[in-house]
Amino acid sequence: MLVFIIRRLLQSVVVLFVMSLLVFAGVYAIGNPIDILISPDATQADRADAIARLGLDKPMYVQYLVFLGQAAAGNLGKSFAFNIPAIELIFERMPATLELAVFAMGLAVVLGLPLGLYAGLKPKSLGGRAIMAGSILGFSLPTFWVGLMLIMVFAVFAGVLPSNGRGPTTLLLGVPVSFLSLDGLKHLLLPGFTLALLNIALIIRLARSGTQEALMMDYIKFARAKGLSNARIVGVHVLKNIMIPIVTVIALQFGSVIAFSVVTETIFAWPGMGKLLIDSINVLDRPVIVAYLLIIVTLFIFVNLVVDLLYSVLDPRVRLTDSGQ
Amino acid sequence: MSPAEQTPFRRFVEEFAENRLAVAGAVMLAAILVIALTAPWIAPQNPYDLAQLDVLDAKLEPGAKLGNGRTALLGTDDQGRDMVAGIFYGLRISLFVGVAATVLALLIGATAGMLAAWLGGRVDGLLMRIADIQLSFPPILIALVLLALLGQGLGKIITALVAVQWAYYARTVRGAALVERRREYIEAAQVLALPPARIVFRHLLPNCMPPLIVIATVQVASAITLEATLSFLGLGLPITEPSLGLLIANGFNFLLSGKYWISFFPGIALLLMIVSINLVGDQLRDVLNPRLKK
Amino acid sequence: MTVALKVENLSTHFFTKQGVVKAVNEVSFEVPRGGVLGLVGESGSGKSMTGYSIMGLIDPPGRVVGGRVLLGGTNLLELDPEAMRAMRGSRVAMIFQDPMMTLNPVLRIDTQMIEAIQAHEKVSRAAALARAREALARVGIPSPDERLASYPHQFSGGMRQRVAIATALLNKPDLIIADEPTTALDVTIQGQILFEMQKLTRESGTALIWITHDLSVIAGLADHVCVMYAGRVVESGTVDQVLDAPRHPYTRGLIASVPAANPRGRALAQIPGMTPALLNLPPGCPFRERCARADAACGADPATEALADAHAVRCFHPHTEALPPAAAEGASP
Repeated sequence: MLVFIIRRLLQSVVVLFVMSLLVFAGVYAIGNPIDILISPDATQADRADAIARLGLDKPMYVQYLVFLGQAAAGNLGKSFAFNIPAIELIFERMPATLELAVFAMGLAVVLGLPLGLYAGLKPKSLGGRAIMAGSILGFSLPTFWVGLMLIMVFAVFAGVLPSNGRGPTTLLLGVPVSFLSLDGLKHLLLPGFTLALLNIALIIRLARSGTQEALMMDYIKFARAKGLSNARIVGVHVLKNIMIPIVTVIALQFGSVIAFSVVTETIFAWPGMGKLLIDSINVLDRPVIVAYLLIIVTLFIFVNLVVDLLYSVLDPRVRLTDSGQ
Repeated sequence: MSPAEQTPFRRFVEEFAENRLAVAGAVMLAAILVIALTAPWIAPQNPYDLAQLDVLDAKLEPGAKLGNGRTALLGTDDQGRDMVAGIFYGLRISLFVGVAATVLALLIGATAGMLAAWLGGRVDGLLMRIADIQLSFPPILIALVLLALLGQGLGKIITALVAVQWAYYARTVRGAALVERRREYIEAAQVLALPPARIVFRHLLPNCMPPLIVIATVQVASAITLEATLSFLGLGLPITEPSLGLLIANGFNFLLSGKYWISFFPGIALLLMIVSINLVGDQLRDVLNPRLKK
Repeated sequence: MTVALKVENLSTHFFTKQGVVKAVNEVSFEVPRGGVLGLVGESGSGKSMTGYSIMGLIDPPGRVVGGRVLLGGTNLLELDPEAMRAMRGSRVAMIFQDPMMTLNPVLRIDTQMIEAIQAHEKVSRAAALARAREALARVGIPSPDERLASYPHQFSGGMRQRVAIATALLNKPDLIIADEPTTALDVTIQGQILFEMQKLTRESGTALIWITHDLSVIAGLADHVCVMYAGRVVESGTVDQVLDAPRHPYTRGLIASVPAANPRGRALAQIPGMTPALLNLPPGCPFRERCARADAACGADPATEALADAHAVRCFHPHTEALPPAAAEGASP
C-alpha cells in the first residue's frame, strides 16, 4: 500500500512537471511574455525593469528553470485585475467552487443511485423505462441551457429561488459555506442541480446496469437461498457491488465537475474559481490563468490518487502493491 | 428475399430500421440537415442583413406581427431579428463547426493512431502517452485554455475542438489497427510486398472504419455542445458568426425580464439536433458493433 | 423413517414470448429424514428448476403452476413471500454449482455467515459469530477464526464450497438441496466434499437432494434416484434398482455412456440426437425421437407405472432384462 502511494506520488510529480512545461510553453513562449506578465497599461520604464527583473533576456531553459523555481515556491505572479498574488486569489475562491461541486456530486448520488437501482430492479416497469428515457435526455441536454431554463422557471416565473450569487455564508472551520443557512441552501439549489444533471444521468446508467448484472449472479441467488430479506439483498449485496464502479466514476467525475463549474458559475454568478477563470480570460489576467491551470492539474492528480485508494478499500480483490499503474 | 437483394447496405438499412426511435432520430436529423443547408433560401429573412431588421420589431413575443405584416412564430430578439431565421442560420453554423471539427479531428487522430500502431516503439509510446494525459482532463477545460491562448474566431474554435477530439480517434484506430494487423490479409499484403501506404490506406483503414463512424457521430454531437457552451461563455465564435450558443447567450440578457423565447427556442433547436444525432449514433453502434450481432 | 419432503405433481412453466416452456412437468418424489435423493439428468432436463421451485426461487417469466411441496406438513407453495423467505435458509437450504460465484466477492465470510443466522433468529453478533466458527470447523476448515475475517477470493474452490456448505448448515435445516456442488471441483476435492456431506447430513438427520448429471456420484451417495428427462421424472427407485436394473431406455442410455461402464477399446455408447427443446413440446413421450424402442404408441403420454417396491418407470416399452454385469459394476464404483 505504502509502496503504491509513493510510486503514485512520484508519477504525479512527473505529470506535474510535464504540465508545467506545457503551461510554460503555452503562456510564456507563445506571444510576447512581457504582455502576459505585465499589465498592458504599464509604462515603458516598468517594462524594461520587469524584463530585467524577470530575466526575460536570459536563454529559454534558464527562464523555464526560474519559472519552475518560482512555481515550486508557490509564486505564480500577481493578478493584474486584483493586484494580489494569483494563487492567493484562487485559494480565496476555491471554497465556493468546492462547495458547489460537492453539493452537485451529493445531489447526483442521492438522486441517481435510487433511480438507477429502481430501474435496474424493475427494468420493464413504466417507472424504470421513464427513468432510462430521462437519463438519455440528461446526456443530450446542453447543460448551460438547462441552467438558463431553471432560472427562467424557478427564479423568473415562479420566483421561489434566487438566480445568482451565493447568498449568506457561514464560517465552518474557518471556511465560508452556504449550505448551513436556508437562504444559502436556496442559492445552492439551482447551480447545484445544473452541475449535477449530467452526473445524475451517468449514475443512473451505471447503477442500473450494475444492478442488472449483479442480480444475475449466483451470489444473489445464494443470498436469497439463505432467506435474506430483499432489503438486505439489495441494500448490502447488490449495493456494495455496484458501489465499486460508481464510487470510481464519482471520484473521476469530481474533476470534471470542478472544470464544468466554470459554466455553471458564470450562469449563476457563483463567486468561485471557475467564474474567476472566465473573468480572467476576458481581461487577459494571465497569471491567474496559469495559477488556475497548475492548481487544477494538481487537483486532478490528487483526485486520481484518491480514486485508486478508494478502489482498493471497496474491492478486496484489488491489491495495490502489485498493480503497475 | 433473394440473395441478390441482400447487399450489405440493404442489410445495414434493415437492421438500422429495427429501432423506431432511431428512425425518428434519423428523420429529424435529415430535416435539420436540410434546414441548415438551405437556410439562406428558406429562412423568412437574412437575420444578419441589418437592412432587413427593424428595431421597432425588437423583443416581440412568439406569434406577434412584425412591422411588415409577417408573423414571427418564435418571437424576435433585441435587434428585431425573427428567431426562426436566427435559429435556421444558427443551426447552419453550429452544424458546420461540429462537422468540420469532427472531420479534421478524425483525419488527424486516425493518422496518428495508424502511425502509432504501424511504427510502434517510441512513436507509439509518445503519441499514446500524450493522448492519455489529454484524455484524463475534461474537454471543456482543454478547450477553454486553448481559446484563452488563441483568442476568438471560427478557425480557432475548430482548432480547439480538434485538439480536444483527436485523441479519441487516435486511441480507437490504434486499438483496431493493432488487432487488424495480426489478421491474415495484412500478412498476405506484406508478403506481396505492397507499399506500406497502400497497405495502411487500402487495407487497414477500411477495416477500422465501423468504430470510427460510431465515435464520429457521437463526437459531432459533443463538438456542437462544446462549441455552444464555449460561445455561450463568450470564448467561442465571434458575434459575426452567430451559432446557437451565441443566440442563447444573447437571450440570457433578457431572461430575467421574462423574455424567455430568445434563449428557449435556440436551446430547443440545439437539443433536438443533439438528441437526433445521439439516437442515430446509438443505433449505429448497435448495428456496426459485431460483438452485439446475433 | 419419517418423510422430510414430499413433492407432488410439481409443475413450473416459463411463459416466454415464443411460448410456454414446461421446465418442470408433474414431478413427484419424496425424501425421508436423513435420506439422500439423487436427481439425475442432462442439462436442461429440469433438475435445477425443480430445486429452485422447492426453494421458491423461480423468477418471472417462470412460475410454479401446480402441485404441492410438503415440508413437514406445510405446503411451501401456499406460503406468502415473507413466510417463504423465513423458510429459506432455516428449514430448506440450497448450495450451488460454482463455488467461485456463490459467495459475494466484496463481503467478508463472517458477514455472509452471520447474516444467514440473523435473518432467522434474534441473536447477538458474538453468538452468531461463534456459531459460524463452529460451522466452519465442522466442514473441516482449518483455523476458522482467521478464515472468518477473509474474503472469498482468498479461498480455494474447494474451501469456498465448504464455506457454502457450512452456511447452508448454520440453521440446521430439515432439507438441503445441492445443485451439482462438486461439478466445478477437482476429483479429489469432490470426493472429500461428498464424504463430508454424507457424514454431516447423517449426523444431523438432514434430508438431502443431490442434483447432478453424474451417475457415478449418485451411486456412492444416494439412497434413491429420480431420473429426469425434458422436465419429467422418467424413472425412479432405489439406487440399486435404477442403476442395476434400469427399465427406461433413457436411463439405460445414460448408464451406457458412463466411460467406466465400458470395456477398454470399445467405442463409448451414446444416446443419439439431442434433448428436445422444451418450448411448446408436443404431446407424447419426449424421448421417442431418440429411442430405439419407440413406436406408434409413444405418440401418447406414457403414465408412471409402479414396478416392484419403490421402482417406477414412465415408458410404454420398458426394458425387462437386467443390465449386463460389467456395465452395472462400472456405474457403481
